[in-house]
Amino acid sequence: MEHKPMGAMEYITTRKDELVGWARKFSIYPYPFVTACCAMEFMSVSSTLYDTDRFGAALPRFTPRQADLLMVVGTVTHKQAPILKKVYEQMCEPKWVMAFGVCATSGGFYQNYAALDGIDRIIPVDVYIPGCPPRPETVIDGIMQLQDKIARSPHPIVNERF
Amino acid sequence: MTMEPTPLTVLRERLATDGLEASESLGLLVMELPATDLLATAKRLKSAHGFDILLDVTAVDWPGREPRFDVVYHFYSSREHLRVRVKTAVPEGDPTVDSLTPLYGAAHFMERECHDMFGIGFRDNPDLRPILLYEGFEGHPLRKDYAKDHAQPLVRYRQ
Amino acid sequence: MTMLPEDNTLQNPVRAAFTPDEVGGMVVNIGPSHPATHGTLQIIAALDGERVTRADVHCGYLHRGFEKECEDHTWNNLIPYVDRLNYCSGLLNDFAYCDAVETLMEVEITPRCRVLRTLLAEYSRIADHMTCIAASLMEIGAMTAFLYLMTIRDYIYEHLADVTGARVTYTYGRIGGLARDLPEGWLARLEEILVQYDDFIGRVHALMDRNRIFIDRTRDVGVLTTEEALNWGFTGPMLRSTGVPRDLRRDTPYLAYEDLDFEVPVGIKGDNYDRYYVRMREMDESVYMIRQLVEMLEPGPINVDDRRCTLPEKHLVYSEIESLINHFKLIMEGPQVPAGDVYRAHEAANGELGFYLVSTGGGNPYRMHVRAPSFIHMGGLHRLLEGYQLADIVATFGSVNMIGGECDR
Repeated sequence: MEHKPMGAMEYITTRKDELVGWARKFSIYPYPFVTACCAMEFMSVSSTLYDTDRFGAALPRFTPRQADLLMVVGTVTHKQAPILKKVYEQMCEPKWVMAFGVCATSGGFYQNYAALDGIDRIIPVDVYIPGCPPRPETVIDGIMQLQDKIARSPHPIVNERF
Repeated sequence: MTMEPTPLTVLRERLATDGLEASESLGLLVMELPATDLLATAKRLKSAHGFDILLDVTAVDWPGREPRFDVVYHFYSSREHLRVRVKTAVPEGDPTVDSLTPLYGAAHFMERECHDMFGIGFRDNPDLRPILLYEGFEGHPLRKDYAKDHAQPLVRYRQ
Repeated sequence: MTMLPEDNTLQNPVRAAFTPDEVGGMVVNIGPSHPATHGTLQIIAALDGERVTRADVHCGYLHRGFEKECEDHTWNNLIPYVDRLNYCSGLLNDFAYCDAVETLMEVEITPRCRVLRTLLAEYSRIADHMTCIAASLMEIGAMTAFLYLMTIRDYIYEHLADVTGARVTYTYGRIGGLARDLPEGWLARLEEILVQYDDFIGRVHALMDRNRIFIDRTRDVGVLTTEEALNWGFTGPMLRSTGVPRDLRRDTPYLAYEDLDFEVPVGIKGDNYDRYYVRMREMDESVYMIRQLVEMLEPGPINVDDRRCTLPEKHLVYSEIESLINHFKLIMEGPQVPAGDVYRAHEAANGELGFYLVSTGGGNPYRMHVRAPSFIHMGGLHRLLEGYQLADIVATFGSVNMIGGECDR
């Protein structure tokens, strides 16, 4: 039987929801809500040595209206809480929230009158990154987990007509 | 054996000739004076003794003691590189001292902070809005009778 | 919980000092979540055209209750909190705090610890200045310089992680010493990084120093005279940029600074360019100091032999009852610091970082207050902004290097 070599891109087997999910997970536009110490690691992770560009998540949008990932980097205090809530409400759907570091996750070791014990008290959170502050590898792991979540989440474009 | 007088001792003697009693404590001079003398003393320190930087304003709460609060100032002489601590006690009923804003611009923010944290009033400070705390915050968190975890949220928590 | 409005409207946490009617013009709000206020600061600016006529600076968005939290912990347990004041250079805070407690306890640190602390403090200062310069350059568009500085800063972070165990928040200082000694080969790698530092900083100099755009954005913008800087309590690079060589490392030497040869770089005009250049030169001086300190480093113990503050050796804790009890008391009750109060100041990266501690003789501080340079600088910030363009707020604020953790505590 004659063997016919197959062209590289002759056809790809996939499901349409997987295709859409794969495309979506590499176009994250983060809005960095940077408050505290974790900003140091946020700067590191987005610059040369770690480079979140590899995950399609490097270009920060400095307005929440154009962003789809809210990265809450650092402690959120009660004074800051209304601002965080407002920023979250300004973002368009679909949107995701990343709690970067333990302070955003749970308040960390600031358990007092001033600090909010975790941003999930006021807004829903999709991925938590532990660490005080988290190492860049941990952050990248968090981004990859979020990418998985995005890839698996349904999108209205995938329906019976598509 | 005679010891060379340290700059701190020299300064203390110079202050004493000006009627300002001070004692030495761990590398700086300490003056304790009634709240009414504060502004005049700060003026002397700045104009006659070269204390040109107001480093810090804070307070210490001693509940049960009368008067209850110590308001603590630190001054720095950038010419002689010496520090002076000025302490004045104010009662709980009327915790007010004169503002140092006419002498030092830096006093403005520090006094606002002290007002936030302890409820110390600063006469003639034109602007004592909250600075580290927020509008609507009740109480003064660094007083010893303010519970550490008594939060006053501005946003309703999610259910 | 306080009374919250029923309809879930968001309350404004601050009140502006003026209304548009009062200033008769436009009022623009910048921050507290704004890319150019790296950190959380709010500036309410009254404008006349593009010119800022009044600026109302609000900080406190990162007020984490540090001082209240400190009253609840033992002296040793405060070190992680202290680290997170100026998180660009945690070690400087560590050492200043430990020095304050040691002064109160009248503990004298060992010669090796003294040199090692100085070395690491200067190393931290380099990282801090790099962060400041990188962020302020990026905000006015110099992305390449930002990436160069971040690269070398990451080398420093990883290198500090080798000795302290963490990249940003080190918890490395101990009352009476340090957490551990240098690992093997650390000094060799240090020299490698210092050589690379020269290379990367040379590139930044080449990109920025005579760059027309950079000079236009920074020269004669945010000018402050020495008299005004003193009036507003400015210290550190902010004060030195106005042309006076005032540096606590030189004026009131602590740690090993009196044995070191270094210059205190000063500016000419006290504008943004000077603040940039003073920081760049200070990093060079820090490198020069580090090279001297490496020569001065002698073998020896790093912790004082004082049962009041130093934990006993681990093998002794397991083998003799006195050490076990000593360990237990130090961990559970904390070091018993004699009653009294102390003010101790170090030259941190931003200026005079002072710790005012009040002890009543127990294992916890009775009162802990930080004289944070950033906070004091915020008090005079409006003087740097008023009279300049709206867009200059970004350049000026970047050059001030406000660090939220330290400013708001």
